[in-house]
Amino acid sequence: MRYRGFEAPEPPGSAELLDEVRAAEAGARAGDRAPLEPRGRSEEELLARFEEVVDADEKIEPRDWMPADYRRALVRQMSQHAHSEVVGMQPEGNWLTRAPSLARKSILLAKVQDEAGHGLYLYSAVETLGVDRESLFRALHEGRQKYLSFINYPTPTWADVGALAWLTDGAAIVNQVPLCRSSYGPYARAMVRVCKEESFHHRQGFDALWALTRGSAAQRRMAQEAVDRWWGPALAMFGPPHAQSTHSERSMRWRIKRHTNDELRQRFVDVCVPQAEALGVTLPDPALRWNAERGHHDFTPPDFEELRRVVAGDGPCNRQRVAHRRRAHEDGAWVREAAAAYAAKHREEARW
Amino acid sequence: MVSEESQERSQWPLWEVFVRAKRGLGHLHAGSLHAADARMALLHARDLYTRRGEGVSIWVVPSAAVVASSPDERDPFFDPAADKAYRHPGFFELPEGVRHL
Amino acid sequence: MNADARYALRLGDDALVAAQRLIQWCARAPELEEDVALANIAADLLGQARALLALAGEEEGAGRDEDDLAYLREESEFGNALLVELDNGDFAVSTAKALFFSVYQNLLYRALSAVAHPVLAGIAAKAAKETAYHVEHAALWAVRLGDGTDESHRRMQAAVDEVWPYTHELFAPDEVTRAAAFAVDPAGLRPDWARRVEAVLVEATLRRPEDGWAPSGGRAGAHTEAFGYLVGEMQVLHRAHPGVRW
Repeated sequence: MRYRGFEAPEPPGSAELLDEVRAAEAGARAGDRAPLEPRGRSEEELLARFEEVVDADEKIEPRDWMPADYRRALVRQMSQHAHSEVVGMQPEGNWLTRAPSLARKSILLAKVQDEAGHGLYLYSAVETLGVDRESLFRALHEGRQKYLSFINYPTPTWADVGALAWLTDGAAIVNQVPLCRSSYGPYARAMVRVCKEESFHHRQGFDALWALTRGSAAQRRMAQEAVDRWWGPALAMFGPPHAQSTHSERSMRWRIKRHTNDELRQRFVDVCVPQAEALGVTLPDPALRWNAERGHHDFTPPDFEELRRVVAGDGPCNRQRVAHRRRAHEDGAWVREAAAAYAAKHREEARW
Repeated sequence: MVSEESQERSQWPLWEVFVRAKRGLGHLHAGSLHAADARMALLHARDLYTRRGEGVSIWVVPSAAVVASSPDERDPFFDPAADKAYRHPGFFELPEGVRHL
Repeated sequence: MNADARYALRLGDDALVAAQRLIQWCARAPELEEDVALANIAADLLGQARALLALAGEEEGAGRDEDDLAYLREESEFGNALLVELDNGDFAVSTAKALFFSVYQNLLYRALSAVAHPVLAGIAAKAAKETAYHVEHAALWAVRLGDGTDESHRRMQAAVDEVWPYTHELFAPDEVTRAAAFAVDPAGLRPDWARRVEAVLVEATLRRPEDGWAPSGGRAGAHTEAFGYLVGEMQVLHRAHPGVRW
């Protein structure tokens, strides 16, 4: 894999996030405590021990006893994450054939390939809970399971690919780094792998925009207009405010989620401001300013009404994205069948 | 629309992937993937879990072939922090019509 | 352009156009694992293209780099074989193209890795390893599609029949292969190519097509109608902003 190397400096704030990932990996405690075997135990005993393990920041593993709601919440959250990686290949894949230099084409190809891989790591983690991947695809195709809202927006220009990567991968990192300390073992481990690769993606977006903001007037305009389009969807990506978020409370209790939506969104804004300055783009929020008292930036919240509509299926690209996935899956059925048929025919000959 | 029958016919089984990244270390569980047969599983494991690094050893094992011990066992050689891919017996379907699951 | 530059260029064009077609499978592959595999192969081909185009630019000595060559030449200046520019079709057609092309590339690069041109030999040595994997991937799929279901067998046979005529061009020598100092004679690759490909077809329970119609012209810049769309799409953004950096 050859690229000319990033010209832009490392985006401010990324090193700290990566340090957290490494710390999470190193700190994954080899614990002595484990949930109890269910035989002969009451629901209360099992739950009490389960919560002890979680509170001690130790891991729950696939065959452990776990509350049904914990398992349900994990399936939902990990599936949504996996679907997001896979469907997220579309807005970026949109510019693969037209990338304006071979270096950019290579980098973008690597990123899109990584996303497929991340989807696979995450589906793999969901499957440890006994849910078949095929059924997850069905849930996605039928709209019963969701993916991150920003993916339902179009990438009309090359600059959108850079802005999307800079902002949403940046948001994803802020969201995902804490998940490296998720209570569920396979999820935490998948997230460590994902986060390490994700920092490259984020950097790629920053670098692509950097080239534009230091380019021609047309390129600078392209970059600014893309940032104007993507700021809102990126902010909205963290979900509704904590008070309105149906799943948050319990997810946090059980360390499936480590921070509230609002905390994550604030962190994201604080990280983005110096990066936007370095890039030379203006974030489209007149109320954005440093608040010395709070020690954070004040900002205008995203349009939650729009988020609600997009999540409900009425964003600009929802139907297109899901239809694309469904079609790819349906078109591939004869191929998958062929491989399965071949395997069945030759099973006696092979060792497996 | 893919028919139920066709979906069953086209399902690829799940495989667990173990990778030894360097000589001298043991094989570590890296994750899982779907493949129709062992050769395809190896090919895909190379792409997905090693990014085709050279000199790497890969084992693929059908998940159904993995025999798991109970997590409650106390065994001095049993490292509880090691990734265990052991499945819940029997897959179940994501319930239809349940929203936000 | 001198023969050495033109030779490197056509090798690079083969890889570039093949990569561009493969990229079109992104987010459309029959299974996610295949999306990763195909993207990996496309990335290899793109890497080969970049190295070879850069080499061609140096051999030419007129200051053109990989992007000048990829984005600012007209269709008639591309020297790729017609095989790689064919539409992807279904997964069977793409597999047939991949099988025939990757076996050819693997043989070619193995021969080229022994030439007395360190840069070219170096590119070829790396590409020989990569294409060995591409061959394995394509062969595994050709066999599974050929010897899978009735439908996959029908589609794969149709694909092989459709793509076969375009393979002859790969082995046709011309004034470039004769004049370039480090060229490998393509005709010499055909017997090994045929042996390897036929072995796969037999295992796949597929019929080897008769040799007959042998379309060509790609090497001389006479391309298919589909090629116009491929090049147009690839170049449009770059051409819209002359002289800038990305």
